Amino acid sequence: MKIRHSLTGNEAMAEAMRQINPDVVAAYPITPQTEIVQLFSNSVADGKVNTEFVTVESEHSAMSATIGASAAGARAMTATSANGLAYMWEVVYIAASMRLPIVMPVVNRALSGPINIHCDHSDTMGARDSGWIQIYSENSQEAYDNLIQAIRIAEHKDIQLPVMVCMDGFIISHGMEIIEAEDDETVRKFIGVRKPQYSLLNKDEPVTMGPLDLQDFYFEHKKQQAEAMKNSAQVILDVAKEWKEMTGRSYDMLDEYCMEDAEIAIVAIGSAAGTAKVAVDALRAKGVKAGLVKVRVFRPFPKEEIAKALAKTKAVAIMDRAESFADFGGPLFRDIRASLYEYDLRPKTVSYVYGLGGRDVTLDTINQVYADLERLVKGEQIPMLNHLGVRE
Amino acid sequence: MADILEIRWHGRGGQGAKTAALLMGESAAEAGKYVQAFPEYGPERMGAPVTAYNRISANPIRLHCSVENPKYVIVLDPTFYGAVDFTSGIRDGGAILINTSESPAEWKKKLDFGGKNISIFTVDASKISKEEVGGNFPNTPMLGALIKVSNVLDVEEALTAIRSKLTVKFRNKPEMIDKNLKAIQRSFEEVQSE
Repeated sequence: MKIRHSLTGNEAMAEAMRQINPDVVAAYPITPQTEIVQLFSNSVADGKVNTEFVTVESEHSAMSATIGASAAGARAMTATSANGLAYMWEVVYIAASMRLPIVMPVVNRALSGPINIHCDHSDTMGARDSGWIQIYSENSQEAYDNLIQAIRIAEHKDIQLPVMVCMDGFIISHGMEIIEAEDDETVRKFIGVRKPQYSLLNKDEPVTMGPLDLQDFYFEHKKQQAEAMKNSAQVILDVAKEWKEMTGRSYDMLDEYCMEDAEIAIVAIGSAAGTAKVAVDALRAKGVKAGLVKVRVFRPFPKEEIAKALAKTKAVAIMDRAESFADFGGPLFRDIRASLYEYDLRPKTVSYVYGLGGRDVTLDTINQVYADLERLVKGEQIPMLNHLGVRE
Repeated sequence: MADILEIRWHGRGGQGAKTAALLMGESAAEAGKYVQAFPEYGPERMGAPVTAYNRISANPIRLHCSVENPKYVIVLDPTFYGAVDFTSGIRDGGAILINTSESPAEWKKKLDFGGKNISIFTVDASKISKEEVGGNFPNTPMLGALIKVSNVLDVEEALTAIRSKLTVKFRNKPEMIDKNLKAIQRSFEEVQSE
């Protein structure tokens, strides 16, 4: 049974968490994520879930407690944002290297300084090499759907990796929209019960987890982690297929919009992709062959899918809501440019860093990028690296 | 774009602009519409000017930016005049609803819409709220005025939806539900046009 709700992104995530009913949640509040944990703790207090809710004194402790619970065999979750994610940094890597299937909503927010609490992707983009699977959401609906699917992806026997489910701070976390939720029974049937291969509480098969691992085996374990990340792509697709069969809502590594015959395209992540779809509709009505590729899964990186989606285009703008101070565009730009290198026929690519610290991304902002791409196709020069809409 | 009704709320932190936008959104959602309701992307600060927005449409809404050209602008605090540019970007043919004891004619003299055809509506929402609710909470009476003026929702359906939302909000103060609904209904009757 489907339930139509009007929910903010935070409410949608908290509702999904209530339905997931994790064994353990350890969390520390940080804007704009606070509401997820606050609303979930209401569910704990009201007896709607059986979760052991651990209040901790910092994000570092939140992730540490989540790791402990997950290693013990529990389905464990936490949630964070920005500086909170930064503060749990060292244990974020440990969660991945211990192969713990922790699922964590991250509400994307700028990393200070200057002090800023608004949306950009600098927090999770910084964690892109931590060994976590990263799934990004365009809206509240996707945040809800992605969080539930993430449990199955993380806990798959061949994967055993943690997953960050990201959504844009304030724009989605605090914006109310209509979402279609599934009933509790459907969600619980879909996610099942975690069956850990090894766990600290299994006294019949005692194991040591997280010990010293030096020159002898560290490298082999890292290779296994990389293999698991590689294999996760197929699992992400399989889980999406099953989710679609049950709910009718389809997901892929990418979301391609009007790409069949597109000559110019934008690639973006998160809520700006929604605004870009509206811009594409208007351009198509004027006969401009514009398209959009939204990247849903950033880790593992869908290199072949991206290259295939962009193969027939002439010019592509890659939009990063994060500056990585490389003087070579944002992380999405560099990964896509590298993906295209294998192919003889490839579009021109330009980088746009945009929307930092919550700078609004309007239709005009997006239209400016498509206008640049049209000029590029006509043979005009466009700088390779751009900061969109920034005041000089 | 053209099929999306856009609304902008101006209030002070604590006056309930965000709550009014949420109530408007939820009422439209109950009526089967697609909606968005969001604050000016930030934490509210008591007493400081804040903005909240609605989008309402028969179709799913994919835009995720602030509202730049609202059809309706609601001003919860008339002292914004001269301090907050609340007429900014208002759509030609739109309307502005002001919480004030003054008449639309008096506001017409004060406001410059740069040649755009904008209707002005006024209602003394603060007075209604003080009399019916027992405090200066102009958000629900202004919501009533918007429902009356905009005509996008069936009044009875909207009242039912608002009642159910207020029931959740005032779980611990149930007497506030009827008082707020009375304030909304008075606003239906007392809102003035030019």
